[in-house]
Amino acid sequence: MSRQSVAKAHQKIQELSWEPAYHEPVSHYGTDYTFQKAKKRDPLKQVLRSYFPMQEEKDHRVYGASDGAIRGNMFRQVQERWLEWQKLFLSIIPLPEISAARAMPLLFRTVPNPELHNGQAIQMIDEVRHSTIQQNLKRLYMNNYIDPAGFNSSLRNFQNDYCGTIGRQFAEGFITGDAITAASIYLTIVAETAFTNTLFVAMPAEAAANGDYLLPTVFHSVQSDESRHISNGYATLLMALSDEGNHQLLERDLRYAWWNNHRVVDAAIGTFIEYGTKDRRKERESYAEMWRRWIYDDYYRSYLVPLEKYGLTIPHDLIEESWNQIWNKGYVHEVAQFFATGWLANYWRIDPMTDEDFEWFEYKYPGWYDKYGKWWENYSRLSVPNGHNPIALEDVDYVYPHRCWTCMVPCLVREDMVTEKVDGQWRTYCHEACRWTDAEAFRPTYQGRQTPNMGQLIGSREWETLYHGWNWADIVSDMGFVRDDGKTLVAQPHLDLNPKKMWTLDHLRRCPPLQSPNVLLNEMTDAERAAFQADYNRQGPAGRPAPATGS
Amino acid sequence: MPASEAKKGNEQMTTTQEPQQRSVPKPVFTDAEAGAREFPDSNARRFNYFTPKKRKQSHYEDVTVEVQPDPRHYLAQGWLYGFADGKGGYPLDWTALKAWGSDRPEPRRGPGSGGQGYEWPAHGWHEFRDPNEEWELTLYRYNSNVVRQLNQNIDAARQAKAFEQWNPNWVQFVAQHLGAWMHVDHGLGLYLFANANRRAPTNMHNNAISVNSMHRIRAAQDLALYNFTLSEEIEGFDGAAHLQTWKSDPAWQGVRETAEQLTGIWDWCEAVFAANVVFEPLVGELFRSHLVQQAAPANGDFVTPTLVGAEEFDFAERDLRYTKPMFELLVNDKEFGTHNTELMQSWLQNWVPRCIAAARTLQPLWSQPDAKPRRFEDGLDRAKSRFSVILSDLGLQTPKELNQ
Ligand SMILES: [Fe+2]
Ligand SMILES: [Fe+2]
Repeated sequence: MSRQSVAKAHQKIQELSWEPAYHEPVSHYGTDYTFQKAKKRDPLKQVLRSYFPMQEEKDHRVYGASDGAIRGNMFRQVQERWLEWQKLFLSIIPLPEISAARAMPLLFRTVPNPELHNGQAIQMIDEVRHSTIQQNLKRLYMNNYIDPAGFNSSLRNFQNDYCGTIGRQFAEGFITGDAITAASIYLTIVAETAFTNTLFVAMPAEAAANGDYLLPTVFHSVQSDESRHISNGYATLLMALSDEGNHQLLERDLRYAWWNNHRVVDAAIGTFIEYGTKDRRKERESYAEMWRRWIYDDYYRSYLVPLEKYGLTIPHDLIEESWNQIWNKGYVHEVAQFFATGWLANYWRIDPMTDEDFEWFEYKYPGWYDKYGKWWENYSRLSVPNGHNPIALEDVDYVYPHRCWTCMVPCLVREDMVTEKVDGQWRTYCHEACRWTDAEAFRPTYQGRQTPNMGQLIGSREWETLYHGWNWADIVSDMGFVRDDGKTLVAQPHLDLNPKKMWTLDHLRRCPPLQSPNVLLNEMTDAERAAFQADYNRQGPAGRPAPATGS
Repeated sequence: MPASEAKKGNEQMTTTQEPQQRSVPKPVFTDAEAGAREFPDSNARRFNYFTPKKRKQSHYEDVTVEVQPDPRHYLAQGWLYGFADGKGGYPLDWTALKAWGSDRPEPRRGPGSGGQGYEWPAHGWHEFRDPNEEWELTLYRYNSNVVRQLNQNIDAARQAKAFEQWNPNWVQFVAQHLGAWMHVDHGLGLYLFANANRRAPTNMHNNAISVNSMHRIRAAQDLALYNFTLSEEIEGFDGAAHLQTWKSDPAWQGVRETAEQLTGIWDWCEAVFAANVVFEPLVGELFRSHLVQQAAPANGDFVTPTLVGAEEFDFAERDLRYTKPMFELLVNDKEFGTHNTELMQSWLQNWVPRCIAAARTLQPLWSQPDAKPRRFEDGLDRAKSRFSVILSDLGLQTPKELNQ
């Protein structure tokens, strides 16, 4: 269809909506936001007559590339270091996608503007597309990559592993709680508009550099739908802004959504891009550089800041603080180090870093080696079983961290960790912003205002609690991260597939039991807890114990 | 794409945006292809976390099953975010129907509890498979074929000046009454089906429902755009008549009231049941098959039937096709079969009279075209007997209200 006829067709389909005369549609979801009924044009101008063939055409390209990759034996050139991390990423991402589909009806009754609903329905089916096309990519990896372990158990792993749990916020945050907080601010204004660029553009570039040109094909195709979703969010945001009473809630939700996305997405994608690559050319951008470009300049400076003129209060402090975390406090390095420490609780293999990697890190992040170099040398030294325990249980100057109750990433920047007794339980938080999210934002009143529709943080949010006092062999068996010989672990701290060099349940059996940091914290007296916190805040970087006092 | 450019959004932005290309390292041979080595799991190339319906797992199952988690099996740490009432995820009590295992509590977690749930599938909801096996690839292929076919038919008709053959009364009929039906499709597509895609406890249900939603929204747009074409092609065709007809023609108010009432149903199963088991056979098919399809050719119209036929096919061959096994499983549920059957019977008692009444208010339409279709009562009888067959396939009783 020509552009002009699409515009006319779109004009015509506006005739479809009608005001109910006899019965109102069901209202399943609530919001504390208020909206005036206002004419707001559907920004997508999309009609299904052209939409379906357009998507089918995109499919042809994706599936053509898939066939080509298999015929051309792409996997003979794929870096295992990279593809192993896809076991984590592709276990997570289909759920956020499908959750975005599920989120769309949260907006039907809460945003009284039928013109927008057409775009939301198209987004719904786009997201069904994304979820299943990504499952399909994972299936292709499972069938064609050397090591299917971890792909073959993907969705069970995702659901019972702590990394999967962290990632799940990026899905559950879309579909529960206050409808606008979830489906508009968290999903569209922050997750899609800010962070899909790192997910679906920066990451595919890294995949290509590691010999995988299929992931870019699939994810660019996914990303090409994203601009339409961004427009959906923008239209809703402008409607919300037109009512003064919403400004306080918008400020709250942007703070929560921004910080949570930073904590979760930067942790995962930062790790994949920096530690999952073999591409160490100096001219390739680091994650920090990409972040500065895509998120700071493009999203923050060019998208958010101009919204100030409509009365939006932007969390400048948290955006600067996220950059501070990434650039000065080594957030991504701390997370990658923690993933590698905890390799035995996961379902993919993590390659040790080499001198070539060290050199690149030092070039991109001056001072990196002094902080993290020694630890990664120990990781290499301890990677093949040889009478010792996994690195988490050996003395390598690393204190096992507490988890953040809110974002569930551990409290890795040790000086930022805060504690508070919330709902009768002592909790640790990685940062004041995460404490605020749990203790203040997700509550039925906010700054004295009634917020009866706000959601709650629920669930058993500290993974270690479930396995408090368990032997590691039993933990890994319980989660099912064992290969088909009944004893070799799915996860390995190296890439060597020689069975003699792989860790088994027998190696774990002799390790000391797991202790839940949160259970222990709640057993402490007030004095012990104060001392614990003072010590914790003096730890790091790279998880180092606090220096001895008085020395 | 840069967020700053995507704010306003337009058709141009829906095309693929290639990110900046960068130089990439030279390819290295890694020998990371399947079969390059033997080691534990080296041949374990199937998803091992669910039991397939048939002996071998299907492609559809691989891309669908278990994407939406369940705290009763693998979701060890439970749902993380809840509504204000503390409920997270996809509560089973969003419908009053139950599948076996529904009443077992979620496993409790605490210090040292471990992460095991009930054995997969944990409860009967997970046994449902969409017989259409709809996922990304199939749904775009199917709907693209439909819109392409319809476009071709309409173009061919335009070139052949086929619209000039229509009886004058038929022109008015299409403008008013065929036009009115687009509002039913649109309303149910969005506020019943798309709405229900947030409600069901498995990904199999929700994906099937979302595809159903797109059929209805597409059908609504097909009718609207057809209406638009006719206003350009036929002198005196009133492209806005459908609005007035839908809003105030007494013949349509029964359908309109029932459609609105359908979108007001709280229980997602009742909504899908009332729409696809009751309303579509008694009202949708009555209007499409026993009025429009019958009357069009006799009034010189060979184009409209292809359009309406596409929607007939959507319902009869796709949407009803997933709806039947979805409810059949619940009727035959080993633990709650009786409970479910009683509930569905009570839904029938409520919805059959409403739909019959809506159908009867449409009766004046049968006398509008110059060349008359078969009598209204004949059409209604046929719709009723088709409806009875659907019920008996499901193992449900035909309610006495059908005789109204
Ligand atoms: Fe998406
Ligand atoms: Fe946190």
